[in-house]
Amino acid sequence: MEKSYKIYGINGPVVTVKGKTDLTMMEMVYVGEQRLAGEVIGISSDYTTIQVYEETTGLMPDAPVYSTGGLLSATLGPGILDNIFDGIERPLKEIEKHSGSAFIDRGASVPSLDTEREWDVTVCVKPGDRLEGGMIYATCPETTIIEHRCLVRPDLSGVVESVAPDGKYKINDVIVTIIDNNNNKHELTLCQKWPIRHPRPINERLYANIPLITGQRVIDALFPIAKGGTAAIPGGFGTGKTMTQHQLAKWCDADIIVYVGCGERGNEMSQVLEEFSSLIDPKSNRPMTDRTCLIANTSNMPVAAREASIYTGITLAEYYRDMGYHVAIMADSTSRWAEALREISGRLEEMPAEEGFPAYLPSRLSEFYERAGLVESLCGKQGSVTIIGAVSPQGSDFSEPVTQNTKRFTRCFWALDKSLAYARHYPAINWLDSYSEYAGDLEKWYCDNVGEDFMKCRERFAALLQEEASLMEIVKLIGSDVLPDDQKLIIEITKAIRVGFLQQNAFHKDDTYVPLSKQLKMMRATLHLYDVAAYAVSQGVPLSKITDSGLFDKIVRIKYDVPNDREEILDGYTKEIDDVINTFTVS
Amino acid sequence: MIFEYIGVKEINGSLIVLDDVDCPSYEEIVEIRLDNGSVRHGRIVTIEGGRAVIQVFEGTRGISLNNTRTRLKGRPMELDLSPEIQGRIFSGVGTPIDGLGRIYPEKRMNVNGTPINPVSRVYPQNYICTGISSIDTLITLIRGQKLPIFSGSGMKHNELAAQIVRQAKIANDEDAKFCIVFAAMGVKNDVADYFRRSFEESGVLGRVTMFLNLANDPIIERILTPRCALTAAEYLAFEHDMHVLVIMTDMTSYAEACREFSSSKGEIPGRKGYPGYLYSDLASLYERAGMIKGHKGSVTQIPILTMPNDDITHPVPDLTGYITEGQIVLDRALDGSGIYPPVSILPSLSRLMKDGIGEGFTRADHAALSNQLFASYAKVQDARSLASVIGEEELSDSDKKLLEFGKKFENTFIRQSENEARSMEQSLTLGWELLSELPREELDRVDNETLEKFYHAPAKEA
Repeated sequence: MEKSYKIYGINGPVVTVKGKTDLTMMEMVYVGEQRLAGEVIGISSDYTTIQVYEETTGLMPDAPVYSTGGLLSATLGPGILDNIFDGIERPLKEIEKHSGSAFIDRGASVPSLDTEREWDVTVCVKPGDRLEGGMIYATCPETTIIEHRCLVRPDLSGVVESVAPDGKYKINDVIVTIIDNNNNKHELTLCQKWPIRHPRPINERLYANIPLITGQRVIDALFPIAKGGTAAIPGGFGTGKTMTQHQLAKWCDADIIVYVGCGERGNEMSQVLEEFSSLIDPKSNRPMTDRTCLIANTSNMPVAAREASIYTGITLAEYYRDMGYHVAIMADSTSRWAEALREISGRLEEMPAEEGFPAYLPSRLSEFYERAGLVESLCGKQGSVTIIGAVSPQGSDFSEPVTQNTKRFTRCFWALDKSLAYARHYPAINWLDSYSEYAGDLEKWYCDNVGEDFMKCRERFAALLQEEASLMEIVKLIGSDVLPDDQKLIIEITKAIRVGFLQQNAFHKDDTYVPLSKQLKMMRATLHLYDVAAYAVSQGVPLSKITDSGLFDKIVRIKYDVPNDREEILDGYTKEIDDVINTFTVS
Repeated sequence: MIFEYIGVKEINGSLIVLDDVDCPSYEEIVEIRLDNGSVRHGRIVTIEGGRAVIQVFEGTRGISLNNTRTRLKGRPMELDLSPEIQGRIFSGVGTPIDGLGRIYPEKRMNVNGTPINPVSRVYPQNYICTGISSIDTLITLIRGQKLPIFSGSGMKHNELAAQIVRQAKIANDEDAKFCIVFAAMGVKNDVADYFRRSFEESGVLGRVTMFLNLANDPIIERILTPRCALTAAEYLAFEHDMHVLVIMTDMTSYAEACREFSSSKGEIPGRKGYPGYLYSDLASLYERAGMIKGHKGSVTQIPILTMPNDDITHPVPDLTGYITEGQIVLDRALDGSGIYPPVSILPSLSRLMKDGIGEGFTRADHAALSNQLFASYAKVQDARSLASVIGEEELSDSDKKLLEFGKKFENTFIRQSENEARSMEQSLTLGWELLSELPREELDRVDNETLEKFYHAPAKEA
């Protein structure tokens, strides 16, 4: 029988129970007659403090608090993909059906995963086999592109006693029973529970040296991220954080995407839902939703569940990583999560640190980002979790605590810039403020798989842009007319780089995703033009002649003129550039 | 049996504390009778055992430790609703103040509302034609959107809002039922009166539900005003299939009321003294816009806020911008040079517009045109800052052309009179006319095909 206690005090989402209890830290509890989900967050000899994941309006003192004896956990099993959950893994579609209205009722109690749906299970062990934690005992196709691999709970091991034949099973049916070393029998079903605040164990971490290919030029070419890496996208409102996250979720080459809408707009989530189900993944020809799991805790949903949503997301991501998949998790936005921490901390009357955020903000952030990585999982497969977190700095001020602390724990920093966004230069990633620490780690991969000169082109692009920035200082003071032609050329060529290469049109069918090989060819063509033009200028050809020739325009329009499947057109550009410029030098 | 509690334990600002309360429930409404016969209302905001902290809406003036009788109502704050609320005027807490008697409720709803399930939402895609070129072409308003106006004291935000109300037409849906909910929070009497008059002049007064909490009304009521207004809006939209436009002014006063309330409760302040939960609190209002599957109605919000010191990084506009789907920013310099509406194009944005414009909605070239206008106008700003250093004479020819374009853009495109309603077609054509002033190779956001069709090189003046 479950134990129950009585509510003493209520303050927003925080409820206290008076006196000594047997509740444990982080234990999941149900509060009130409506059984609102909650979690124990503080225990003293006088009070036990509980944060409630739903609205507390109408709760009364002396109402019951039921203990569950377990930690706040996520249910892991087939049915996670192509689904949408709230912050504590309750399926929103089921809640809609259950409540029969468009509004979320409180205390809605529905199982996380569909318990009625049957899965086509293939068992991969036989009686007498020894199973260790994390090993695969059964598989089933979860969606057309993802095979779900059922893993033994990491803390369990033993010898298989009996197995069910292959066939159709529901998630709670027993597939395999095992006897552990102490002769206890354990039944394995298709699903398992895992406490969301604990990282799932792995065999070892690997050196992250494979890029996560996104098809976004400014990211792939200038600020690449590795599979298993971490990246932060900070930017004020309206700079395109969400758009960038959507682009990455749509196009990056991860096997599975977990998209966490943490404290964001409801209409945005319905857009994701609509767009992803109508979008076809070019690699598999299936809807994007087949590889996507959404966690939606919009800004008006209870704040405590917002705090949990990040952990729920990363736990689901780790589960698929353990099966040997490359998973990318988009967290939009981690600032809302930090604000949820602040809000709850304020209700607990904890001593605030910077800007009212609790002193443990950096440690929570680092715990979260450290759950990323390229690993060998317990079953010996390679998998990764890549974390891409959006940060919404207050007042667009990057010196605020969340941005600064995030910067310390991520290795990619894609700074979004207001003035670029105002000029509708998207993605508005500022090439001077952003950085990626992965460039060195990935150099070998790019050399081996794309082209030996990829990294060199990248460095030259970066150098040109840097040089332009210092030239622009002068131009801002005295105008561009006074610059010598060779410096004017730098300004012209970087303009072509900015408009033709860095800026990318997410709504254009070809430009929305650009393969690496085309990116390289674009860089080569641009640099070739620069080299030839620089030579011509040094020979005394006036720059205006070259700019009037329309070559720069041609470079800018590559993204529209050259379809992705006809890259070879680009090979002709070199000759054309040479021909045009030669006419100037000869004459 | 109903208990009455005589006297209070403690009074602090707008809060009173009662001891030994039997079964209080969180956010329950209480009624406080003073010895002189007046009645006030309050809400339980914290419970600790039998101790209940109550927020008094009308303020604690005149309350002593022993001159009150408090009665618990046993339910959270609810609003009486019926279709008859249209054309009526209510106080900030939803009591009729127009002398026409009380509402006979068809339904009572909790003013706090419940979050809309994201899966039940319909992604908004139908635009609202406001007849204002700058908004229609560049910051298109979509039905179900929340699009605030960021303004400053003394600028013409009220006129702009009133013009939107007057001219707003829902595209492709002529017979849709349309109504307005107006929430005034801490605004001056004159402003409330201005809106009432302009609603009357445009003949929509019968379709307006007004909730007024004026600058001299109790500040705590202000916290409930937008909640009442949005409850009424949700009721009209989702029970009676109406398209509701909610105008809330001024959100800065609302946030200040939150701050005052929070500090009297002794909470730990966040930035600029605003409570740490201001984001969640504002979100619980703004997120009540949208459309729902299976219902024909919609809630569109136009909150107005004045940026203190015109500072867009102030917590209130900052947090608002993170929640709402874009913003219309007004600019003091434009306002000063007499341009109405003084919409500052560059920082303004409509996040939902990308899927609500183009072929099948407005016109196929809309997206390209607005992109190009934004990009070109951004360049105008660069040219202007350069001109202010080296003088206009020294500028290159292309920069001079940009300056010319900028001036025309502000004077013919942004500027329009308060009674002028331009159709979408007119606005788009005007946009192309302006772009045609620029050299064709400057238009790098438009593909050749579109240019071919819409770019007309200016005829050489003879």
